[in-house]
Amino acid sequence: MLIISCPWCGERPEIEFVYGGEAHIARPADPSALSDQEWADFLYNRTNPKGTHAERWRHIHGCGRFFNAVRDTVSDFFVATYKPGEPRPDLSQDDAK
Amino acid sequence: MSGSFRTPSGGRIDRAAPLAFRFDGTTYGGYAGDTLASALLANGVHLLGRSFKYHRPRGLLSAGSDEPNALVEVKRDAARVTPNLRATQVELYEGLDAASQNRWPSLARDAGAVNDLFAPFLPAGFYYKTFMWPAGAWKRFYEPKIRAMAGLGKAPTLPDPDRYTQNYAHCDVLVIGAGPAGIAAALAAAATSARVILVDEQAELGGSLLAAPDATVDTKPATEWLADALAELTAAGVVLMPRTTAFGYFPHNMIALAERVTDHLAAPGPDLPRERLWQVRAGEVVLATGALERPLVFPENDRPGILLADSARIYLTRYGVKPGERAVIFTAGDSGYRTALDLAAGGVAIAAIADLRAAPEGEWPARALAAGIDVRPSTVVTGTSGRLRVNGVHLAKVKNGKAGLNEPVACDTVLMSGGWTPSVHLFSQSRGKLAWDETLGAYLPGQSVERERSAGACRGRYGLAAALADGYHAGEEAAAAALKGAKSPTRSTVASRAFGVVATETGTDGFIGATPHGRNPAFAKAFVDWQNDVTAKDITLATREGFRSIEHVKRYTTTGMATDQGKTSNMNALGIVSEALGTSVPKIGLTTFRPPFTPTTFGIFAGIARGDLFDPVRVTPIHGWAEARGAVFEPVSLWKRALYFPNRGEDMHAAVARECKAVRTGVGIFDASTLGKIEVVGADAAEFMNRIYTNAWTKLAPGRLRYGVMLREDGFVMDDGVVGRLAPDRFHVTTTTGGAARVLAHMEDYLQTEWPDLDVWLTSTTEQWAVIAVQGPKSREVLASLVEGIDLSKGAMPNMSVAEGRIAGVPTRLFRLSFAGELGFEVNVPAAHGRAVWEAIFKAGEPFGITPYGTETMHVLRAEKGYIIVGQETDGTAGPDDVNLGWAVGKNKKDFVGKRSLNRAAFFMPDRKQLVGLLTRDPKVVLEEGAQLVADPGAAVPVPMLGHVTSAYMSATLGRSIALAMVKGGRSRIGRTLHVPMPKGAIAVGVVDPVFYDAEGARLDV
Repeated sequence: MLIISCPWCGERPEIEFVYGGEAHIARPADPSALSDQEWADFLYNRTNPKGTHAERWRHIHGCGRFFNAVRDTVSDFFVATYKPGEPRPDLSQDDAK
Repeated sequence: MSGSFRTPSGGRIDRAAPLAFRFDGTTYGGYAGDTLASALLANGVHLLGRSFKYHRPRGLLSAGSDEPNALVEVKRDAARVTPNLRATQVELYEGLDAASQNRWPSLARDAGAVNDLFAPFLPAGFYYKTFMWPAGAWKRFYEPKIRAMAGLGKAPTLPDPDRYTQNYAHCDVLVIGAGPAGIAAALAAAATSARVILVDEQAELGGSLLAAPDATVDTKPATEWLADALAELTAAGVVLMPRTTAFGYFPHNMIALAERVTDHLAAPGPDLPRERLWQVRAGEVVLATGALERPLVFPENDRPGILLADSARIYLTRYGVKPGERAVIFTAGDSGYRTALDLAAGGVAIAAIADLRAAPEGEWPARALAAGIDVRPSTVVTGTSGRLRVNGVHLAKVKNGKAGLNEPVACDTVLMSGGWTPSVHLFSQSRGKLAWDETLGAYLPGQSVERERSAGACRGRYGLAAALADGYHAGEEAAAAALKGAKSPTRSTVASRAFGVVATETGTDGFIGATPHGRNPAFAKAFVDWQNDVTAKDITLATREGFRSIEHVKRYTTTGMATDQGKTSNMNALGIVSEALGTSVPKIGLTTFRPPFTPTTFGIFAGIARGDLFDPVRVTPIHGWAEARGAVFEPVSLWKRALYFPNRGEDMHAAVARECKAVRTGVGIFDASTLGKIEVVGADAAEFMNRIYTNAWTKLAPGRLRYGVMLREDGFVMDDGVVGRLAPDRFHVTTTTGGAARVLAHMEDYLQTEWPDLDVWLTSTTEQWAVIAVQGPKSREVLASLVEGIDLSKGAMPNMSVAEGRIAGVPTRLFRLSFAGELGFEVNVPAAHGRAVWEAIFKAGEPFGITPYGTETMHVLRAEKGYIIVGQETDGTAGPDDVNLGWAVGKNKKDFVGKRSLNRAAFFMPDRKQLVGLLTRDPKVVLEEGAQLVADPGAAVPVPMLGHVTSAYMSATLGRSIALAMVKGGRSRIGRTLHVPMPKGAIAVGVVDPVFYDAEGARLDV
């Protein structure tokens, strides 16, 4: 069972968390200004990478707060977690860990 | 009573504690400290089971958890019957009652043994090739017959009466395996401040130290040194866990342990669980899981009396049991010699040692020759004889890889040693990468993923001295890594400890694959996988049929797929594929090791989650009243809700008809406490509601209610419910019973991640409020005498309004609304007062004939009004307009969740499914929910399907059946006839408006 580090509560077992989809996809400020294709991209199209993936998690059985994480979809392990609003960390230097 | 194959002395059994036990109804004697396997061997019982497919007689192969043959059923009482236990792991206790499996009518005379004669018709993958005709016979005839013939033990028929507990533990260093490497690792870690757990699957800790009569450590005999080491560990506070299998290695060093607590006890105390599941989170793990001896693959290598060599040695040295009187040893390395010499010293005649090696050298062969043993280099066993027990072998010299002339040798025991396979199961489970070691001919742990290290034989460091040294080093490393940065200083300075070992090592020679035999391969059954009856011929056949990947060979032949997961067979299977394809072993790959390491009970996973504790049950404050009243309940998500309240002799139909009539003509009372409730509070509460719901909230005055619709961002209906505005900054939101958690999570998501600037707080209040619906034309009169500070008159409190005050002395938020389409109220009171207020209302209502009603009546009443239930009429693909809720969408709002999606072209397609009502031609026929609708039931197949029935009831109010349906272009079909094809013929239905009762809403406006 993975240990996930909540940015507010620290390390907790994964059963306290729920997954919330890909991170850094902001809801458009004015959806009505978007074409159908742009709106469909926002609704449905995700990067689905092999490797590091920025995603949203919620510490639902803890503090209840959302946060962002970078997880390696090959190993399943988390690489980093960070608070909403913070930029995705640059992990190019320490991809090894 | 001790058995005729018991040595006069020696072993670790307690000869002062004789025990009686039964096997297949016969009583035998053994000693405390025996396993069922050793005790049966002591009595000369070798025939312990029948094989899976061919029903061949089988005996013990090993002395440990790798045993593939000796699966037995142990019975304590009618309910405590455990099948498929390895006799090698069943500890003897007084009165133990065990039985063999997969045989009929008896083990010695098994009717299924005819399968062995039909073996030519049962090759690898036979079930893919045969039993194909006639069509349908597989399911009716072949499969039941084959299942009855094959297979392992029988599942118990009664509920498991035992308790199983689940525990968590944390430690700095977890050492798995208490052989020399594991003991040494624990000693090293225990010399620091690290918290250490040492586990081993066996009853006694020590591993190979328990069967090393010729070895000394620090000048002490191995067992004496072991006792001192265990005392040292105990004194240092190390947690020692025997009878505990580490069966699963999960991410971030979560190790699952199965601790068998009472299975070895004659009379388990009622206070003890049978087993404990431990989930251990370890800072560092030391894997000291040892190595497994490999069998040799030669014809008829499966007869009772043919064992792994070192296992036979273990039976002699640990249990004082001779495997037979006269043994032939077939070996690829020194281990066979060690067995031969120990057995000879124990009084077993050694007929010959057949050594695959051309020129066996070193101390062990020299000792054997000095002992006068007939050592034959370059020699193989080409076949064996004997029906229920081996009685002889054929030996042949190998020249240029071919077996020569056969020479018969009489014996009652054949002991084989193909070398050792490191036990890398847990390392592989941890997702570490295995690396092929050409010198050892073995896969060893390579790149680690978790914080673990392997030590001793499981990483190819064979021999006592190497295991102790490697183990100690691993323990030191693990403790240092675990404590790195820890504040507590180490208890003592870690200094490498050396162990003075005197022992003769057995080298690393071994063999992988099938040995040459010179016989017609079609008739030579050389077993690779004993438990699944897979022979060398099956594997070569698979390669001839084109299977190249070991993963495919495994699935086609089933080699390695039995409950032993190929512990004894995987490497030999690889060797055979390698030879057949002319490819090196590492190029063929290796199948994946998966948990559990050995079979694990279901009980340990279920723990206490069974019976009443299987799933939580939520009940309302009024539940007890409904129970006392004789309500019939239904589960709604985790809730128990009253479905209906039958009077004496009433069925559901009669009760629901009576309850409906009461609400339509008098007054009914209904427990709506399960409704989800969320308090939305804050300066921006109205703005937040505007964005989350389709409706417009800004102009909703405090004291008013509104029916709210919530969409997902893709425009489909997600939930609905009535919302009350109590103050400019406070909304009392209700959700569907099943949707409460989902809706709150949805709101939190948007509030936290999209609109963190909004000043809004969300609180789940589902369990804070009891909700009592009082519905019907007389509801106002019933409540009138109970309320304080609330004017119930139509003028002061019209439909869809809310007032705060008191009822029956308790503070209330009183809603006037009706899901039944009548004059009605929903009384919200603090949950702790729910029952008292319910009883007060019921008492006040008795003069008016107040009638409790359940969810079925609620459903009928709302369907008569055409009110939808989210999740019943909708299925995640319905937009608000599809279910006639277009009126609830705030057209003038710039944005809300889902608004943009409603402009997608798909929502304007004329053939969208829309909500309609259905009336059957025959008013007595109630449609089936989920039934399909077609225009012409006689049309050619496939008949175009137009939609489906979502709700169908008998309406007592209307005196006929009604139904709601989602139909393509439904609104344009009103007035037409459609058909519901059913097994007994199509049912004609008229499509109508979905509001069947009081379409103008006059009954609400009173």
